[in-house]
Amino acid sequence: MPETVLVSRYSARRRRNIIATGVALAATALGLGWLVLILGSLLWQGFSGLSLAVFTEMTPPPGSAGGLLNPIVGSLMLTIIAVAIGTPIGILAGTYMAEYGRYDRLTSVVRFINDILLSAPSIVIGLFIYEVMVAPMGHFSGWAGGVALAVLVIPVVVRTTEDMLTLVPNALREAATSIGLPRSLSIMHICYRAARAGMVTGVLLAVARITGETAPLLFTSLNNQFWSTNLNAPIASLPVIIFQFALSPYKDWQSLAWTGALIITLTVLTLSITARALASERKS
Amino acid sequence: MIGTAEAVTRAKVLDRLRLGDAAFRQVTRAAAFGVLVLLSAVIISLIGGSIPVIRTFGFGFLVSESWNPVTDKYGALPAIYGTVITSFIAMLIAVPVGLLIAFFLTELCPQWLRRPIGIAIELLAGIPSIIYGIWGLFVLAPFLQVTLQPFLIDTLGNVPGIGLLFAGPPYGIGMLTAGLILAIMVLPFITSISRDVFEAVPIVLKEAAYGVGCTTWEVVRNVVLPYARVGVIGGIMLGLGRALGETMAVTFVIGNAHRIATSLLAPGTTISATIANEFTEAVGDLYTSALITLGLILFVITFIVLAAARYLLMRIERRIG
Repeated sequence: MPETVLVSRYSARRRRNIIATGVALAATALGLGWLVLILGSLLWQGFSGLSLAVFTEMTPPPGSAGGLLNPIVGSLMLTIIAVAIGTPIGILAGTYMAEYGRYDRLTSVVRFINDILLSAPSIVIGLFIYEVMVAPMGHFSGWAGGVALAVLVIPVVVRTTEDMLTLVPNALREAATSIGLPRSLSIMHICYRAARAGMVTGVLLAVARITGETAPLLFTSLNNQFWSTNLNAPIASLPVIIFQFALSPYKDWQSLAWTGALIITLTVLTLSITARALASERKS
Repeated sequence: MIGTAEAVTRAKVLDRLRLGDAAFRQVTRAAAFGVLVLLSAVIISLIGGSIPVIRTFGFGFLVSESWNPVTDKYGALPAIYGTVITSFIAMLIAVPVGLLIAFFLTELCPQWLRRPIGIAIELLAGIPSIIYGIWGLFVLAPFLQVTLQPFLIDTLGNVPGIGLLFAGPPYGIGMLTAGLILAIMVLPFITSISRDVFEAVPIVLKEAAYGVGCTTWEVVRNVVLPYARVGVIGGIMLGLGRALGETMAVTFVIGNAHRIATSLLAPGTTISATIANEFTEAVGDLYTSALITLGLILFVITFIVLAAARYLLMRIERRIG
């Protein structure tokens, strides 16, 4: 083959490489830029509405000033219920999968189903809780909202508990058994302790996951414009208030929605960064 | 020698421990079963809730285009159409961009920058969808209304055939905007999974390719991608599952119009947006049931997509070992 053809073929390949590299660089810039843009406008719009009143006053009627105290408290209560119900179930299920039935048929089926629950559309969970709790009880309630969020907590906790317990070295279990410790005690006192950081990470991730969940609350805990801590009645929550206020035509409400969105985002970021720090501490 | 009394207490303690042990085992087993029960309960309750609709409309519900609470006539087609189209737009954008970012992160990015970018992408995957929704409504939609949409109408809108997709006035909100928001949302998922499977490609394979003189792009195109194919498809399906079921980000910008418009700029609706917008206002058993049936359809679709994704990802995990 004449040398000129070879050279031109080589330069064509190089050209293609440069183009592909350039496009990949551009895609990264585009992807990250987009996300920076979102966070930027969130910080900008959210901070301009942030003040002490946001944490001390109730949601206002349209056209007047107010805060987000009742939805913040409502969200906290719903989160506590969700964690209180979801965490024990998740940890126990994860324990079975990692400790008792690691090679069981049941475990592999549960793992598969759990992974599907993990990414199932959350609005469907809302419909489910509506069918089994709201409709029979005859009214929307904070309990229903909490349980709906618990359904979202369970798969996250199951997954991390199983993963973390699997990482616990078998020598620890054997040592515990050799001094005559029953299986249940060795799990509770040895394995749980060894996997503690990872399991806490799982709970934090679960809380981060439900902090911004709106869809499952829309028709379980509904919404409340007033101060209420009654879990048998509709209760306000930050995401639902954001949804309502953002779609309203009133400027004050829209600005509060941005502030609420900022609070949620900062909470989620703090939780996930803490979870990461905990997880990496374990590794080192 | 152990005294009789001592032997009795000893046996008692041992019995108690044995009982506690068995109880703990059964409790954990029950919790594991609970996860299965949970999923079955979701399916059963959704099927139960959709019986009135199945009785009234039968399979016609799936193909009917009407949605009229006043005359109690319901059909799922516009919502299914909107769900599929918005997810398709999202995938059309997010898949190539996500793969290119993964390519950048694994092959081009300097080592010190890899971790920060990787962490940023993972943190962004955790941002709740309502944040994307509010941003889409107040920032992206008004921006598209005066920039991209008029541009599309003036250029592609005049091309015969595909012009139909870009006809009509620029509303700002609509299916295209919803698709774009979804693309931004699923981008971190697709990126981080593709990066993980790219990284799992054995270094010797890549080094061999570089050794015979391949360019970076050729290595990615001919060695990394074919090797990681199954995992990448799994990641894409996982992202698709998210996009199909996503509610809040879409509800803000879709426009909630129950019709099938050929134009991507027109407002439409998706299954999840319909449920979110109308469920609390639904009066009458049939209306509620129609919305629950939509939920069932959504669940079945996402279940299939997610199950396929998990199956593919499990296969690749097994290969890595």
